[in-house]
Amino acid sequence: MKQILILSGKGGTGKTTVAASFIRLAKAKVFADCDVDAPNLHLLFPQKEEPQKNLFFGLPKAKIDTTLCTSCDLCRQHCRFSAISKDGNGYHVDPFACEGCAVCGALCPVGAVSFEEAPGGDLFLYCGEGVTFSTATLRMGSGASGKLVSEVKQQIKEASKKAALVIVDGSPGIGCPVIASLSGADLVLIVAEPSLSGISDMERIIKTAGIFGTKIAVCVNKYDTHMENTEHIKRLCEGLQIPFAGVIPYDPEVLRAVNEGRTIVEKDCPAGRAVLEIFEKTIPLVLGECVV
Amino acid sequence: MAENRKKIAVLSGKGGTGKTLVSVNLAATAGNSTYIDCDVEEPNGHLFFKPEICREYSVTVPIPVVDQESCDGCRICSDFCRFNALAYVKDKLLVFEEVCHSCGGCVLLCPQKALKEKEKPVGTVKEGFSGSVLVRSGILNVGEASGVPVIQRLLELPELEESRDGPIFIDCPPGSACIVMESIKDADFCLLVAEPTMFGVHNLNMVWELVRVFKKPFGVVLNKCMRQEQNPAETFCLEKKIPVLGRIPFDPEWGRLNAEGRIVAREKEECQRLFASLLETLMREGETV
Repeated sequence: MKQILILSGKGGTGKTTVAASFIRLAKAKVFADCDVDAPNLHLLFPQKEEPQKNLFFGLPKAKIDTTLCTSCDLCRQHCRFSAISKDGNGYHVDPFACEGCAVCGALCPVGAVSFEEAPGGDLFLYCGEGVTFSTATLRMGSGASGKLVSEVKQQIKEASKKAALVIVDGSPGIGCPVIASLSGADLVLIVAEPSLSGISDMERIIKTAGIFGTKIAVCVNKYDTHMENTEHIKRLCEGLQIPFAGVIPYDPEVLRAVNEGRTIVEKDCPAGRAVLEIFEKTIPLVLGECVV
Repeated sequence: MAENRKKIAVLSGKGGTGKTLVSVNLAATAGNSTYIDCDVEEPNGHLFFKPEICREYSVTVPIPVVDQESCDGCRICSDFCRFNALAYVKDKLLVFEEVCHSCGGCVLLCPQKALKEKEKPVGTVKEGFSGSVLVRSGILNVGEASGVPVIQRLLELPELEESRDGPIFIDCPPGSACIVMESIKDADFCLLVAEPTMFGVHNLNMVWELVRVFKKPFGVVLNKCMRQEQNPAETFCLEKKIPVLGRIPFDPEWGRLNAEGRIVAREKEECQRLFASLLETLMREGETV
């Protein structure tokens, strides 16, 4: 089994557009959406069957029993997350700020602090028509997005063993959800954008993936909106000896395809053809049939 | 920061909808304003403002260090740590810095006082001016998991000049997770940037939920508007009765300038007018709250 993870650093460069196309082209049987705070892949792969639903629990959050509390203030003083406050009705925990570290519970001399399980996200696993698709939604106010990403990947672990190729759509940024999604990836395909912001963000995601030793390839979306910047990205990749997988032109059909809930490769259009070329260049990189 | 200055957070759920475009151009149009880049994983505002950096701060978090001599292997700390950042292996207490949440519990509970804390750098805050705009950016070190400490530092720093009286714009990270919540916590108003795709609508729905959970007043600006195309984001706003405060057209020339890190409102009069009118609406929205 080989796993391709689509990342970008910057948001909105076309990760999901590329990931969805790869799934179609590879006829991938196993895929996942790790962008748990803004998942979209399911919009392009409507599943007939109801998914298996699982609740995701982050760490239990503190709750203070005001009838037991003696207002010693120890918990408030030692909470590093400023989650505990006091008002006329006593001490309260802000569930959004609480990270569940349990320091308050350990310090409370009268046992007024208890911990409540709080669902932090909803996991969905679709298994129908030979396809296994894992996705999740982070609940508002829950912090543990990295852990939820790990659970999304855990859901496809068994199915992955039998699949030749697994495609994973990642999230923007370089923080915990991205780091969590990198584990187990054989190749990161970075979808870059030819803007100053896009280049800066690409350089940071390349460094991040580099720390974890994951193999990288780069493609550029909307390359013709700024040719000089596209050339700059190509040169950067050359310098870093990162395989360049190709370019996708700006194409209004992309927006239409998304709004019709279809992948771009289902349409005969310039962007669709370009993604096919990138796919054909990327697959050998991960399956190791030839070295670029 | 002066209490009476309006704090406007710009967010979107989906990445790449134009948060930075909107907040940078608003701050530039307003003048005497402050621009705070809370997208510490991928900060881009400074690429537009190119501020002359006058102050730089290192952001650190406390991480436990073990005095192996004093540690008697009681494992109270490793049993307590909810983040599995401590393990007692082969007669040695190990600290896994990257998963430590800096709660301080292990140090408090160690009966031998064998744990102390050191400050570990996780990022930087840079501050400088671009014209009359104070530009403050947070940069998370590559490989670090959480931007929250950098965002906290960004938002708590005092102003360089007391006399500054323009609005404060907070450019938020994408998504709707902890880093976004941290960024909008003290905002007076949330401006949601939406793009005309189904993806944009789906993620707009998520941040819309977020700003309501936080009971923040909010409005939407529609970006990348195309005359001939359907705009699912606009339809969504109509259905949910979300106020649309402005529309930014899809314009390849503006896009090109923006891609080069230029501030379109400073170069194109039409764009300047557009942001001036959006700014006026925003300031009024603030007053009715």
